[in-house]
Amino acid sequence: MTPAEDPVLLVEGLRTHFFTRAGVVKAVDDVSFQVRRGEVLGLVGESGSGKSMTGYSLMGLIDPPGRIVAGRIVLDGIDLRALGAEAMRQLRGNRIAMIFQDPMMTLNPVLRIDTQMIEAIQAHARVSQAQARARAREALVKVGIPSPDERLDAYPHQFSGGMRQRVAIAIALLNSPDVIIADEPTTALDVTIQGQILYEMQRLTRETGAALVWITHDLSVIAGLADRVCVMYAGRIVEEGDVADVLARPRHPYTRGLIDSVPSNNVRGQRLKQIPGMTPSLLALPAGCPFRERCARAGAQCVDAPPLRGFGAPGQMIRCHYPIVEEAVPA
Amino acid sequence: MLVFIIRRGLQSVVVLAAMSLLVFVGVYAIGNPIDILINPQADQQDRERAIHALGLDRPLWAQYLSFLHGALTGDLGRSFVHSTSALGLILERMPATMELALAAMLIAVIIGIPLGLWAGLRPNGVAGRTIMAGSILGFSLPTFWVGLMLIMVFAVFLGWLPSNGRGETVDVLGVPVSFLTIDGLRHLVMPATNLALFNVALLIRLTRAGAHEALLQDYVKFARAKGLTHARVIGVHVLRNILIPIVTVVGLQFGSLIGFAIVTESVFAWPGMGKLLIDSINLLDRPVIVAYLLVIVTFFIVINLLVDLLYSALDPRVRLTETKG
Amino acid sequence: MSSLAPIRADAIETRRAETPLRRAMSDFVANPLAVFGLALLALIVLIAVFAPWISPQNPYDLAVIDVLDSRLPPGEKSASGQTFWLGTDDQGRDMLSAIFYGLRISLVVGVSSTIVALIIGLAAGLAAAYFGGRLEGAIMRIVDIQLSFPAILIALILIAVLGQGTGKVITALITVQWAYYARTVRSAALVEKRKEYMEAARCLALPPSHIVFRHLLPNCLPPMIVVATVQVAAAIALEATLSFLGLGLPITEPSLGLLIANGYQYLLSGKYWISFFPGIALVLTIVSINLVADQLRDVLNPRLQK
Repeated sequence: MTPAEDPVLLVEGLRTHFFTRAGVVKAVDDVSFQVRRGEVLGLVGESGSGKSMTGYSLMGLIDPPGRIVAGRIVLDGIDLRALGAEAMRQLRGNRIAMIFQDPMMTLNPVLRIDTQMIEAIQAHARVSQAQARARAREALVKVGIPSPDERLDAYPHQFSGGMRQRVAIAIALLNSPDVIIADEPTTALDVTIQGQILYEMQRLTRETGAALVWITHDLSVIAGLADRVCVMYAGRIVEEGDVADVLARPRHPYTRGLIDSVPSNNVRGQRLKQIPGMTPSLLALPAGCPFRERCARAGAQCVDAPPLRGFGAPGQMIRCHYPIVEEAVPA
Repeated sequence: MLVFIIRRGLQSVVVLAAMSLLVFVGVYAIGNPIDILINPQADQQDRERAIHALGLDRPLWAQYLSFLHGALTGDLGRSFVHSTSALGLILERMPATMELALAAMLIAVIIGIPLGLWAGLRPNGVAGRTIMAGSILGFSLPTFWVGLMLIMVFAVFLGWLPSNGRGETVDVLGVPVSFLTIDGLRHLVMPATNLALFNVALLIRLTRAGAHEALLQDYVKFARAKGLTHARVIGVHVLRNILIPIVTVVGLQFGSLIGFAIVTESVFAWPGMGKLLIDSINLLDRPVIVAYLLVIVTFFIVINLLVDLLYSALDPRVRLTETKG
Repeated sequence: MSSLAPIRADAIETRRAETPLRRAMSDFVANPLAVFGLALLALIVLIAVFAPWISPQNPYDLAVIDVLDSRLPPGEKSASGQTFWLGTDDQGRDMLSAIFYGLRISLVVGVSSTIVALIIGLAAGLAAAYFGGRLEGAIMRIVDIQLSFPAILIALILIAVLGQGTGKVITALITVQWAYYARTVRSAALVEKRKEYMEAARCLALPPSHIVFRHLLPNCLPPMIVVATVQVAAAIALEATLSFLGLGLPITEPSLGLLIANGYQYLLSGKYWISFFPGIALVLTIVSINLVADQLRDVLNPRLQK
């Protein structure tokens, strides 16, 4: 199914800041991207890069001391920031849904599975208990959970990790949302289960035509799953483009560093490559390019923050004064 | 589930037996049993006769067995002061104490949980901080002093409420209760509130801590992400989780209420078991003390058992793992 | 070809070293209520220590008190021109002085019983945590059973069995408290015991005393400090309650509880000051200790250090 032309989700200049006693933390600092129906966008970055906060901002789940201070979020023509709390609540879980990282903690341990699924349906539609339960059952079947009737009566701790995440996915799909935001849903799972979940997600988004924003720190996941990728660092997008282009010919030194540091990309017997230094504390960001301290290519211009501009393949954007121009990464 | 009940039941019996042994040792072996069981005013001949009659000249284990036998058949000796069955005296006073304790628990739950929830949901507001500051007072102030202050204000200066005693009683299923009459309620209000104070503070803090912690949990964020209303998120998701430890605390605290009632009953001259205990200690009426101890211990053990059962009924994680085992 | 550079030394920032103690102290004074509590407590302790020197009258010197001065309301003067700021009791004793002396006794009994209980509880808890096994099971079973009964009940039964007197009251207070310490210490020690460096220490065959004193003990101190502070207040309150019930300290050691008990009978006839002012003193003591303890708990709690 080919993605339609108009983006179902448009994010422009999003800034989410946290006003703490220690100072202002710019968790999300000028993030823009678009996702079309049926498309999978990967949001890649280390912890503290602002990727999860971007997801929460889209859902309207930023709590004080945090606040979205600037930017536009447009979901299928609806300006989300202009909505009141009740209107936003009606969209949440309905037109835009989120899957979290650790399913043991996201499912309420003292409530039954059917309760937690039925309430998600009844929050947005007037359906009877029986009808809601039938829909829940269908959703469980769709995500590949066997014996759905028994599973509905069970409690979360009776499921394995992979099963619980499937339930979380089922809940996200219950109201056929236009956009699904998945925040590291496979990080807490075994590698084999991870593969299964990835396959399911891919299949489901193709089938339902939902747009998927997949947040992760794991490049290998993105390689197999996403159509486009945004690389985030210190709250900003530093590189963006089609997955194939970005992974084969990364233009930003950070992206290059990320790719190089994947163990399978290293030559056996030689020292593992790593990006020197540590991610900066968002409270004490240096002026100019935040990657400056760790970058081998840093130069005089880097004291000014670089803007995001097109570079390389069509649709590829990069935020760097000295982008990499060499050819493909050695295989 | 049945296995669980039987297992806990057996444990309780063991604890009860152990406690009876402790009481026995404390009273018969450590204290001077002669003084405890025989009226110190008796003369030498009577004493010797009594010693023989009570079997105090027999070996210790034989004495323990007859003590147990007496305990099981409800004979725990006769009060020195009242010359009636010690156990009977206690049972006669029990309804008054129960009424006081239940009223206090009710007050504590009705006031404590909502206030704690409020403080937990809005910790930085004026109301939240005031509630927490108030709860510190509830803990710190000694119960007897608060009782005195209540009497001072409401009975002496304002003259609204009576300062001591229990009001008119009405018999319900053979048990005299006083909350069904206006006079009874007027007498009940102050002591029950006094007794409730500590638990109000405890419940406020517990509920607040629970709510505060629950709000940080991922399942709350997830519930909001599903688009549930705020009312449902708090009322179902948060409340259901924090109620479990709160219910168990309430149950366990009920036992300690019976203990604290001793003080309140003394301050307000409420004719319950507690006041009886204090009077007995002062008058050296030891059979009554022993009877009180055994009754209380039984009571505590029963409460602990019920609370455990309640906990496993409420928390699905506990219930199901127990039945698997 | 690598695009990565060697680590630059100045790229790694160092922050000014902030010792835990300094941070704890600055966190503590951030709360004005806690500072107020600490100041009040300091005042009370000073009064208690210097009572004989700052009291207007020695209320227990029979030569000084005059029964004709008895039950005077606050502010009245005695025949000899001395003002009784807080009134007099039924023996003609100046309430203010009686309160100062009473504070002394209440504090001494409370603090001494807490210290002894702390030592016993510490030993029991550490032993339970370190040796584990049946010893731990036995100790903790006793602790659990004891803690499931209200303190007042245990204290009363002990007094009933042992009889009355200062030593017996202190014994009762100690017996009531040790279990809290044992439980707190054991939990903290268990947490520490599971950390990997403890395995390493054991592999190195370090002597148990070294492990216990150098590793387990320091980790238990923060929660112990909090529990001890709260317990002092609880001990003072418990002693006052026992004395009020007539089962506490003897008349020769008039703590605040006894003063309150003395005044109880006069409450209904409006002579409130004989009970009221000692009560206020008691409450101020307990509240100030609890304010300090509350802040200490927040300050020393590692989980809240995020």
